[in-house]
Amino acid sequence: MLDNALRFLSLADANVRFVLLGSLLIGATGGMLGSFAVLRRRSLLGDALAHAALPGVALAYLATGSKSLPVLLFGATVAGVLGVLLIQFITQYTRVKADSAIGIVLSVFFGIGIVLLTHIQRAGGGNQSGLDKFLFGQAASMVGDDLRVMTVLTAVIIVAVLALYKEFKALIFDAGFLSTLGFSARKVDAMLMGLIVLTVMVGLQAVGVVLIAAMLITPAVAARFWSERLGTMVVISTAFGGVSGVVGTFVSSLAPRIPTGPVMVLVATLFFVVSALCAPRRGMLARWRRHRHNAERERRHHFLRAFIELSNKESRNTLPASSLAVELGWKVSRVERLGHKLARQGYARRSDGEWYLTDAGVEEGIFIVKSHRLWEHYLYYRSILDADHVDRPADEVEHLLTPEIIADLEQILAEERGIDPDEVVNIHGTLSHYRRGGRE
Amino acid sequence: MSDPVHPTEAVPPIQIHDMTIAYHKKPVLWDVDLDVPEGVLVGIIGPNGAGKSTMIKAVMDLIPKASGWVKIYDRPYDQMRSAIGYVPQRESVDWDFPVNALDVVLMGRYGHVGWLRRPSSEDRRIAAEALEKVGMAEFAQRQISQLSGGQQQRVFLARALAQDARIYMMDEPFAGVDAATERAIIDILIELRSQGKTILVVHHDLQTVTAYFDWVIMLNMRVVAAGPTNEVFTDENLQKTYGGRLTVLSQAAQAMADHRRGN
Amino acid sequence: MELDSAFWIILTGSLASASCALLGTFLVLRKMSLLGDALSHAVLPGIAIAFLLSDSRAIFPMFVGAALCGLLTTLLIEAFHRKWNVQEDASIGIVFTALFALGVVLVTAYAGQVDLDQECVLYGEIAYTPWDTLIWNGVDVGPRPVWILGVVFILNILFVCTLYKELKIASFDSAMAMAVGVNATLIHYLLMGMVSLTTVAAFESVGAILVVAMFIVPGASAYLWSDRLVTILCLAVLFGVLSAWVGYWIAGIWDSSIAGAIVTVAGAIFLLSLLFSPNQGVIARLWQRAALSVQVAQDHMLLALVRRFEVDETHRSSREELLQAASVSHLVSRLALRSLEKSRLVVHDSQGWALAAGGKQEALRLLRNHRLWETYLSGLGLPENRVHGPADAVEHFIGRQLAAELGAEVDQSMDPQGKRIPLSDDKG
Repeated sequence: MLDNALRFLSLADANVRFVLLGSLLIGATGGMLGSFAVLRRRSLLGDALAHAALPGVALAYLATGSKSLPVLLFGATVAGVLGVLLIQFITQYTRVKADSAIGIVLSVFFGIGIVLLTHIQRAGGGNQSGLDKFLFGQAASMVGDDLRVMTVLTAVIIVAVLALYKEFKALIFDAGFLSTLGFSARKVDAMLMGLIVLTVMVGLQAVGVVLIAAMLITPAVAARFWSERLGTMVVISTAFGGVSGVVGTFVSSLAPRIPTGPVMVLVATLFFVVSALCAPRRGMLARWRRHRHNAERERRHHFLRAFIELSNKESRNTLPASSLAVELGWKVSRVERLGHKLARQGYARRSDGEWYLTDAGVEEGIFIVKSHRLWEHYLYYRSILDADHVDRPADEVEHLLTPEIIADLEQILAEERGIDPDEVVNIHGTLSHYRRGGRE
Repeated sequence: MSDPVHPTEAVPPIQIHDMTIAYHKKPVLWDVDLDVPEGVLVGIIGPNGAGKSTMIKAVMDLIPKASGWVKIYDRPYDQMRSAIGYVPQRESVDWDFPVNALDVVLMGRYGHVGWLRRPSSEDRRIAAEALEKVGMAEFAQRQISQLSGGQQQRVFLARALAQDARIYMMDEPFAGVDAATERAIIDILIELRSQGKTILVVHHDLQTVTAYFDWVIMLNMRVVAAGPTNEVFTDENLQKTYGGRLTVLSQAAQAMADHRRGN
Repeated sequence: MELDSAFWIILTGSLASASCALLGTFLVLRKMSLLGDALSHAVLPGIAIAFLLSDSRAIFPMFVGAALCGLLTTLLIEAFHRKWNVQEDASIGIVFTALFALGVVLVTAYAGQVDLDQECVLYGEIAYTPWDTLIWNGVDVGPRPVWILGVVFILNILFVCTLYKELKIASFDSAMAMAVGVNATLIHYLLMGMVSLTTVAAFESVGAILVVAMFIVPGASAYLWSDRLVTILCLAVLFGVLSAWVGYWIAGIWDSSIAGAIVTVAGAIFLLSLLFSPNQGVIARLWQRAALSVQVAQDHMLLALVRRFEVDETHRSSREELLQAASVSHLVSRLALRSLEKSRLVVHDSQGWALAAGGKQEALRLLRNHRLWETYLSGLGLPENRVHGPADAVEHFIGRQLAAELGAEVDQSMDPQGKRIPLSDDKG
């Protein structure tokens, strides 16, 4: 097997070069178009298109007796487009919903295709061997002629995407805006669908009818984790797709029994899993770390705020865990656990079975209560304040009010309404127990 | 002296404490703190986006809370599901589903029927009666997409009636219905109240508040006021709920904004 | 067993189709057709691994493998969609293609040890059913697939019957379900579990892609015929069985895959339902629309005649004037005129066309509707020149009750243009 691998990698064999180039093109165009398809929510339409293509391939062969790629692809395109139109028709004119329509066309057309294929197989005496590679794909069977066809189609696709990039971008993010620019959203949508059809047809031979949808979906979704910007996403997605194609073909060359389609899909899925986990901001690990941090801070805030409000109401400095539990709606054990954690962090102490806050705890607690109460006023007139204060992508609600804003608010409340900053008022009353200058 | 927001009678049907709801980290409801007494017809009012629907959905655990808790007759909502009947806004259902009006109303009885058992003839009788009460008896066998908007609303009301709950929560039941349907609905609500049920209604029409509701909750992301209508439904509170610009605080905010812009 | 092999094959096909159709109807109604599609693809690695580990074709490990895979699929799709913020259709696409790809790789890599090949995976081997017999205590009790599918079919019936109302409410309104104590999430997972089980049972006979078809297509066809859930379920099963019978027959005539033929027939049934269903079908709808056009044209003609009549009782209209008045396409107006003549609402002589007695009554009714509506609208404040248009549109649809209500509410004898409003019993 090592020999095979080395032979492959040396690219000495012309056939190997064809196959590699072909897989690269297929994977790359899949990734590129896939970005638009996924964002436009057409993921599974691509799947329907691919399955619907099968009877077209068989019929093209039955009609012409030829197995040349352009002929078969023509049949595939006609059948695929017919399928998509049928889906629109069903969805528009009956109460059968879109998902069922896709599933019906997908499976019935495929069934018809299987009937045709098996008939050809049994009637023609083994003559369909070129056709059933369309099921799961066999990149290794690509020859020079096929490659020429594919290169042409791929070039068309790339040119079209570059030319129509800004229209597609507008279509995805704001179709209404597109029509104000003078483009018909429907025409642009139709062009996008046309390119998706071409991409599927290009990839049919290598990836197969059953799995080509994955090449439209998985690299694009993987790329999404790395960037917010469409352009970057398209580039990354194209790269993921291309690499999947190449690696898939390589692995499949080592084990010829395994068709190329599934291996490409598995490689693309690997990209997806790694992206989903490890991407810096949007990846799961990063999000999980942020979430844990935030959750911990929120819990601390809830505890401290509950403590301050309750101790203020009852004018005491120590509170039993049970009272805190009632106020928070938590179990007593949870209160105790958090209390001990806060003690380690220096915010609270336990004595004689009850809890009290350290000076650091009181200071933090009062700040939290005041900003919480100020939030109420803030919500009330936030449309008037500057935009950048209002629409921050806040991870923590209460810290949207920075110390600067709070200071400003307090000053104005003091000047205009004579309200002592220490006594920020809302329906819960003042913090009389915690006047500045200490508590009992 | 009892605070109008926290009446001191025995176990209120609904107690909300320090409830805050944030949607995608933007606050929608802030620090909601109130008790609803038994046997009142409550109108929940406020401008669009004030969090009115959110409040009743949060009480029913359909939306997660950022903080705070809710108790139904002093127990968590989980244990008291069958005590609350919910009439949602119209859009949340698939109207093409193959059920007729009677089927929908019968679903209200499923809580009483229990797992794996069939609805009894008694359940069917109650369902039919509920349909009768909302004036939809002749439409019992009609598939629901064949009903008009007002008729669909009545079917959902009948479903809640069939549930025979102690508390009813309704999300804009009068939105987009004709005058006759509105009269019919309010008559039913008044009858429910006379049976001692507690009813909360998200309402949009200020003209009818004093006529319909004996209690009102005025919301604008936080509770502006809550209590008996004749005490709480004042011009001042209305201004605070609907017209933020007119208060001193908003003037303060304006001053601050001007100050920042260097005026 | 000595029974004809055709019988066994048809029985297998019927049981598979019926089981799938029964559960699949709920998938269609819950808008989860594609989830069903995903599940039927994704069970493949479970089956392949079960083969490898148990080194046999024992059905139980396969069920376990499939159920676990099904559960994994559902969980992964939910996780990707809710936790990782991937769109729902993309989640489905990623999960099922990845799992199916894994399955194909396993099947082809271990081709010797796994008793499946690529094609079988896709469309099954139902033709071999009669020879795949089960030996129980040394007795040949019939084909294995028949036993397996039979048990699964009965399980499906039990599932749907005992949990009927839970399935109904959880599918229709899951929020309400939760509110009355029906755990919609549990129902969801149970349904997906049964779908996985059924997929495995049918897998050997009809393969992955075709299982999908039998889940969705019969149910969708039945949905086009009826408004009642029970009827839809029964029809779906019927259509499934019918597809199996006719499909077998076709595959015999035109030598091809039986499973593929079954699916093709199911598709044909759907197409026929789409076209010919009395309520939902395309042809019925077009017919209704055409009938409505003709009705509207008739009404316009009658109105034109009666308006002339008001001015001059002896007036006769020419054919061209009438066709013009209908203000629709030429073909429709001619049909309308012929229909009016046949119903003896209009008569014509050498001088032209006029209203007959019955026609006069009908025309006056329409005129009353029109003028009542105009008066009502202008009472609401619409300017005079704007009331004719809406009235022109609405006049055809005002029934007797609404006309009576309008008459009570409006209670005038003149419309905004000063013309007399005919009384309700006006016969001219």
